Amino acid sequence: MAGHHVSTTINGDAFEFVCEPDETLLDVLRDRLSLTGSKEGCGTGDCGACSVILDGRLVCSCLVLGAEAEGRTIATIEGMADGDRLHPLQRKFLEHAALQCGICTPGILVAAKALLEKHPDPSETEIRYWLAGNLCRCTGYDKIVRAVLDAAAEIREGRDAA
Amino acid sequence: MRYEAPERVETAVSLLSGERGLARILAGGTDLLVQLKSGMVEPDLIVDIKKIPEMRRIGAENGGFRIGAAVPSAELSEHPGIRALWPGVVEAAGLIGSTQIQGRATIVGNLCNASPAADSVPAMIVAGAIATVAGPQGRRELPVEAIAAGPGQTSLAKGELVISIFLPGRPPRSGDAYLRFIPRTEMDIAVVGVGVSLTLGEDGLCTAARVALGAVAVRALLVDEAADALIGTAVDEAALERLAAAASAACRPIDDKRGTKEFRIKVAGVLARRAAETALERARRN
Repeated sequence: MAGHHVSTTINGDAFEFVCEPDETLLDVLRDRLSLTGSKEGCGTGDCGACSVILDGRLVCSCLVLGAEAEGRTIATIEGMADGDRLHPLQRKFLEHAALQCGICTPGILVAAKALLEKHPDPSETEIRYWLAGNLCRCTGYDKIVRAVLDAAAEIREGRDAA
Repeated sequence: MRYEAPERVETAVSLLSGERGLARILAGGTDLLVQLKSGMVEPDLIVDIKKIPEMRRIGAENGGFRIGAAVPSAELSEHPGIRALWPGVVEAAGLIGSTQIQGRATIVGNLCNASPAADSVPAMIVAGAIATVAGPQGRRELPVEAIAAGPGQTSLAKGELVISIFLPGRPPRSGDAYLRFIPRTEMDIAVVGVGVSLTLGEDGLCTAARVALGAVAVRALLVDEAADALIGTAVDEAALERLAAAASAACRPIDDKRGTKEFRIKVAGVLARRAAETALERARRN
């Protein structure tokens, strides 16, 4: 099999890698680039644990080929915190205990961030529909939804104050 | 397996027609990558069409819109023009999968995956959507209902691919709607899907209608008898009852884990009626 040489941008940094044509973006992130924050739950686009943002769109990286990343811009969970400073969503997830085992958490944080960038003031219903593609076996979702609502409020207040 | 991402339609056609083994087209990949992972298909060539500029565009054309084959569903939902003109198509496409799936999945992929339960297909059929197909012989146009041949099968020849869908303009006082039945509120596959589009005259009588059913036969059905039940009427109680009966009568469903034949036949009538009521309400506002 001929390897594909791919140049792409991940979390603002230029990356280059070689991958097989049938390798998914998730496999490339985890196994070639050591970006193991994105998780493989189902591998078929049902669970959302591998969520990343590809050219501004929330997608499952298990349903993207690594070769497709050529020339594109990707944001993963690794780019969410600013050094040691957590993103408000990450802080609120800790405060509200919105995670237990943590496997779904990176995907839910990436998905929630994509939501708040598009809808800074979502209703509970909007959050639940937006996150319907992110499965969590532990929390029962309520704490996740509350954490997202709280983070959205804090981000809005921060903007108003600025 | 080879992966190619051509930048022109003609290159995609020659790659697809020149491949001696199995070739697959990659747009959103939400069906293809699942099939690859499960080993359901083992293609020799994958042609990614997302680098072809005309496949990525939504353009206004003759009062309607042309949607490129690689435009994700999320982009349709964000397009005010298409939402206003064909809300039923947008709501049908918007029902497919999660936010993540919406970011990738395309209506052309939904059409060419040829699942009998594809949500966007009945909605496109009632919209009178036209698919533009490119192939070794050049380009041709055909109505979307002529694409699917049966479950997982299309009428396209080797080397052919759908490059865009045209949603036509429509007269004033027109409305469309799509409804499906699923046992939960979100993230499921249609047990029955119904699209209805209708136009009212100045006197409020229905002058034109189209009704299509999904998940009740080997492919989505355009049901003329159901449309005839509405045309010439005020879309009143009696007309809606005839519509429901005609929709149920057209069903040729199977029994499976999602629903029995009897259930699907009954629900097709119920949903046809409800979709017609929503389409009527929308037509009265336009």
